[in-house]
Amino acid sequence: MSMKLKALLKSPWVFHLSTGSCNNCDIEVLDCLTPRFDIERFGMLLAGSIKHADVLLVTGSCNRMSVERMKRMYEQVPRPCLVVAIGECALSRGMFIHSYNCPVPLDQIIPVDVYIPGCPPKPEAIIAGVVKLIEKVGSKT
Amino acid sequence: MIYLFYLLVYGFLLTAALGLFASWVDRKVTARVQYRIGPPLLQPLIDIVKLMGKETLIPRGASRNTFLLSPVAGLSSVILASALLWVVGLRPGDGFLGDWIVAIYLLTIPSISIIVGGFASGNPLASLGSSREMKLVLAYELPFVLAALVPVIRAGLILRLGDIVVAQQIAGATATSLSGIIALIVAILCVQAKLALVPFDIPEAETEIIHGPLVDYSGSSLALYRLMKNMLLFTLPFFLVILYLGGIRLTGIHILWSVLKYLVLVAIITVIRNTNPRVRIDQALRFFWGPVTILSVIAVVLAVLGL
Ligand code: SF4
Repeated sequence: MSMKLKALLKSPWVFHLSTGSCNNCDIEVLDCLTPRFDIERFGMLLAGSIKHADVLLVTGSCNRMSVERMKRMYEQVPRPCLVVAIGECALSRGMFIHSYNCPVPLDQIIPVDVYIPGCPPKPEAIIAGVVKLIEKVGSKT
Repeated sequence: MIYLFYLLVYGFLLTAALGLFASWVDRKVTARVQYRIGPPLLQPLIDIVKLMGKETLIPRGASRNTFLLSPVAGLSSVILASALLWVVGLRPGDGFLGDWIVAIYLLTIPSISIIVGGFASGNPLASLGSSREMKLVLAYELPFVLAALVPVIRAGLILRLGDIVVAQQIAGATATSLSGIIALIVAILCVQAKLALVPFDIPEAETEIIHGPLVDYSGSSLALYRLMKNMLLFTLPFFLVILYLGGIRLTGIHILWSVLKYLVLVAIITVIRNTNPRVRIDQALRFFWGPVTILSVIAVVLAVLGL
């Protein structure tokens, strides 16, 4: 594995992007940073600016308004970057599947590396998902 | 040749290693204060390596050269400043007249490079952060210089760091006198602001202006800025050790003392950062120009009186 990717997997800075979630998934993401789960021990930090991010955590059902912004944000992440879809909404639009406002699920808009199901997923599930992401990227190269 | 050696080995490599270690100490202590486990030892280094491998984006509308060169300017001035301090710390006779002034202005350049870089990126949040940083520099620079004047006065009005260290070895550290203690307190507060740590992290204020001047930096230029900040976390306390705590000596038991002095300063900075909320920029300005400047003037007067 290249040095670049190895370092990336040891210090993935996550950026948290909500595309119209009910806010529950976002709260669970923030829970991961609390003393109880403390993802900083894996080197993860919550990046404030999209330009500092390595991993994009996307929550929410991708409604028409936010999709435009989400695409623009995705273009601004410095490569290499990874995308994680969190919550039923981001995976398949969940309970908003019949909504006029949510035409397509997230993975038809931008490439997604790992899916974390749940409504909302537990912090444990989110951490497990990120571990899977690291394993997947690590074994691919 | 010997200067090049000092510049590369002491100024850059050793300072970078110690700075990365200091930032790990800072993060680890922060984590322990919050009942967390905290990052592993090599985390700050891994962060830098990772950022080096990432793409460097230059925003449209930014002035390209200034944007890319300002982190280089900041980092090189820190390297220069720490090389100077190492020379003085290890061989007090080798300084030159006026190196006190050089050290102080070299330690201001990092803040200026952040200001310039923030304005050059053309991002409104970065401009906001830069203008805050500028006000903060104006606020803390006066008390910092006054406080740094106290050891000079006590060493007999010689602007040479080497002589300040020697004078302290003869007459006891500056901080053992009343004026020295007051000056040290003022200097620690100013260093807190110089490092842009809570409660004076107003220019970076992650929760309101998402890292301020650094918002548009990515990849290797962000890595340079981070390295610069980590190195400052070593260089500034080291400067205080030289000015107030009798410098360092790398012989026998003195090694332990030198390390201990430095670690105590870093621990104080970290504890201040973890137990305070962020203040507003006008509050910071009032704080530095009011009580802190008055304290430093008192320290200078006491030093002149010989206390
Ligand atoms: S998946 Fe559930 S919890 Fe998460 S945003 Fe959608 S509705 Fe809310």
